[in-house]
Amino acid sequence: MRELSLNVLDVAQNSVTAGATQLDIILTQSTAQQTLTIEIKDNGCGMTKEQLASVRDPFFTTRTTRKVGLGVPLFKMAAEMTGGDFDIDSAVGVGTTVRAFFHTDHVDFVPIGDMASTVVSLMAMNPQVNVRYRRAIDGKDFSVESETLAAILGDVPLNEPSIMRWLTEYINENTNELTEVQT
Amino acid sequence: MKTIEELMALRDAAKAKMTTRDDSSAVTRVVVGMATCGIAAGARPVMNRFTEEIEKRGLTNVTVAQTGCIGMCQYEPIVEVTEPGKEKVTYVLMNPEKATKVVVDHLVNGNPVVEYTVGAIKK
Repeated sequence: MRELSLNVLDVAQNSVTAGATQLDIILTQSTAQQTLTIEIKDNGCGMTKEQLASVRDPFFTTRTTRKVGLGVPLFKMAAEMTGGDFDIDSAVGVGTTVRAFFHTDHVDFVPIGDMASTVVSLMAMNPQVNVRYRRAIDGKDFSVESETLAAILGDVPLNEPSIMRWLTEYINENTNELTEVQT
Repeated sequence: MKTIEELMALRDAAKAKMTTRDDSSAVTRVVVGMATCGIAAGARPVMNRFTEEIEKRGLTNVTVAQTGCIGMCQYEPIVEVTEPGKEKVTYVLMNPEKATKVVVDHLVNGNPVVEYTVGAIKK
């Protein structure tokens, strides 16, 4: 994966498959400490202890089309490459939380990339899920939630191209705002 | 800055457009494979290009959706186009430039781009 935002899109897709109705994506960054934490939290079906133990294994998957599942192992690798760490917490009937911690000053840190596209496609393609995205940089933060947008939109779906474009720009502008002020 | 007022205006414009849209049986579906294999191969820029071009050209009877692993990971990014009443066309090894051509030739003019299809690659 060339950007962490793609890992997020990939791993968040698992939450959708798990039947989640609530999905939280939280990026917390500190420029002073050069760290980044990415959390993906859902209220999907969760995993049993056995599944949880094997999910980091690339040769474990619940899918039937192939015998490999690389989503979680790739995300874990991206974090560990930077000297960071990775963990997953899950309980059947409660949901799953994936947390990856990165050292952003490490040479092997993969750029965050286009988070706006990730969030917009998750929101637009999964109207049944309330996607909450929160981005915090040095104590300032921005958040957006699909339920709030859906309330404004009424019967107009979020996957309407003009709405998707507005949302992408809205997220980008607000994210830039977070980084601009502190420099 | 993008404002909520702008979002409301876009909503009203979209609503007006939706009422003129034909019934759902006439909708062409563009489905992009977005599992780990698709994403790693570059499916997202392809999907973004489809959405942009469809908006730019004002194609109201086309929807873009995503799906999981189609089972031919070596040919990702894969895009399936299903027109009402016609057989599904599967495009393989896609990129944003090819996506634009598919929009113009196939979605606008109704001629599938045969050289990008899975049939052409497997020969």
